[in-house]
Amino acid sequence: MTEHVSDRLSRKASRHVKERIIEFLLFGAAAFSVFITVAIVYVLVKESWVFFETVPLSDFLFDTQWTPLFDDAHYGIMVLLSGTLTSSGVALLVAIPLGTIIAIYLSEFAGFTVREVAKPFLELLGGVPTIVYGYFALTFITPLLQKFYPDLPGFNLLSAGLVMGIMIIPYVASLSEDAMRAVPMALREGSYAMGATRLQTALWVVTPAATSGIASAYILGISRAVGETMILAVAAGMQPNLTFNPTEPGATITSYIVQVALGDLPHGSIGYQTIFAAGLTLLLMTLAFNLLGYWLRKHYREVY
Amino acid sequence: MQIPTGTEPGVEGVVLKADVRDLDFYYGAFHALKKVSMPIHDHKVTALIGPSGCGKSTLLRCFNRMHDLYPGNRYAGGGIVLYPDNTNLLSPDVDPIEVRMRISMVFQKPNPFPKSIFENVAYSLRVRGMRNKNELDDRVEAALKEAALWNEVSGRLKELGANLSGGQQQRLCIARALASDPEIILFDEPTSALDPIATASIEELIIELKEKVTILIVTHNMQQAARISDFTAYMYLGEMIEFGVTDQIFIKPKKKATEDYITGRFG
Ligand SMILES: Nc1ncnc2c1ncn2[C@@H]1O[C@H](COP(=O)(O)OP(=O)(O)O)[C@@H](O)[C@H]1O
Ligand SMILES: [Mg+2]
Repeated sequence: MTEHVSDRLSRKASRHVKERIIEFLLFGAAAFSVFITVAIVYVLVKESWVFFETVPLSDFLFDTQWTPLFDDAHYGIMVLLSGTLTSSGVALLVAIPLGTIIAIYLSEFAGFTVREVAKPFLELLGGVPTIVYGYFALTFITPLLQKFYPDLPGFNLLSAGLVMGIMIIPYVASLSEDAMRAVPMALREGSYAMGATRLQTALWVVTPAATSGIASAYILGISRAVGETMILAVAAGMQPNLTFNPTEPGATITSYIVQVALGDLPHGSIGYQTIFAAGLTLLLMTLAFNLLGYWLRKHYREVY
Repeated sequence: MQIPTGTEPGVEGVVLKADVRDLDFYYGAFHALKKVSMPIHDHKVTALIGPSGCGKSTLLRCFNRMHDLYPGNRYAGGGIVLYPDNTNLLSPDVDPIEVRMRISMVFQKPNPFPKSIFENVAYSLRVRGMRNKNELDDRVEAALKEAALWNEVSGRLKELGANLSGGQQQRLCIARALASDPEIILFDEPTSALDPIATASIEELIIELKEKVTILIVTHNMQQAARISDFTAYMYLGEMIEFGVTDQIFIKPKKKATEDYITGRFG
């Protein structure tokens, strides 16, 4: 009897050791990703520090020119920020309405077969390399737009933004649809039982119930738009231009970073240092959106 | 009370609101209701009892065509005649939405919408296109009073419905169902998720409500059926075993199967 008990105890102990090892490995994986993130932030901040020792923060924030490579160098991040915001704005004007409509359709109206076919298609759209989208914007969308608007320059923020919007639709649609499908059937039944139509149920009950998930989908869309690089580098022209007019060419924070990183500026020069300051700005923006998303999720917590 | 002699209206003292006739229903290949017949008396409480899985909810959900929401469900014969229209509400050319406008429902688990208390009650009115603010205010207040909830929530109509206690949420769902003046309200085990005190207040409410609407209630609790209903139907394995005045069903059931269930020898 005693032997039996001690046998069981020892087996439990060995299981405990195994669990500890697995726990340690999992902790290691988590710690590694945290470490990488911290390292990236460290490099960005350190190199930006060097930059801001030469360029005052007020110039960086309020100057209206961005000419770091000229003799008369200016470092007004607003110029790049305007390109980023304009192209992202165009993209979101496409992606948010269409993505939401597609999500509502797939979640509330489409039959089983349609949904099973449409979802992989959407995901495929999300898997197209962005360089392909970039050339699609440059060689198809821009000429198409020029038919209606001949003054449109060959490089412009509009076609880049539109195509970026198309690229983001699957993310917005897919995540919003997941959020809507997670709304319990009991809520829909409650709505139908009151005599509501499908559309009323979708718009008045399911969508509000899925608000926080849909908001997260939008935030992810915004982050994708703000961080998108290739499409803009290919189709928007990479000319720093303080404008909120999408029919003009423009550089964004990301396309500027590629431009400099691909050029042959000596490491350590102030021109090279700009990409860290620009990168830090991008990081702070994305962080702000993520915090906003976090806040929205807290605030509009699903209350089924 | 007179024991119903026939299922046709017009018998003296008996006014029918609806009449289930030889109803067959299938979930895919599963025959869930087998030639079910029963009358629903106007402005009375009719209780459906029977062991779990016998088809009570299935029968209840035929009344507001809830089964239409899911593919594979099939009304396979017979029907439910609604009075005074004298039409079969299961007929394919009857619009389920119109049926639901007249026959409302309260579910087992309170399911308030993620909206304010006011908007929860106003929902069934908005669905009908009501936009006038004053009219909405009046109807919402009236419904909340009828559901015995007004005193508890009158000062906090803008708060989320989900912030209320379970019993209050269920009364909110009753108010929501009442707001549009339905002719019948279906209750599917409305108190099974509630504590005894909340249950008592809902039972009291249901008894009061029959002044206004016809009530059909599923309950797995026989004492509840005995307390609140005028008529009781006992179902078993998708069949209607016995229908009658509640007192008769509980005191002198005609069928042995009913008696076994009532006395707890089975179920
Ligand atoms: N959606 C469904 N698909 C298939 N079978 C179902 C479905 N819903 C209920 N059933 C079956 O139909 C029978 C009756 O169910 P239900 O009406 O919910 O019973 P009750 O409400 O009396 O407990 C049960 O055998 C149940 O398993
Ligand atoms: Mg049931």
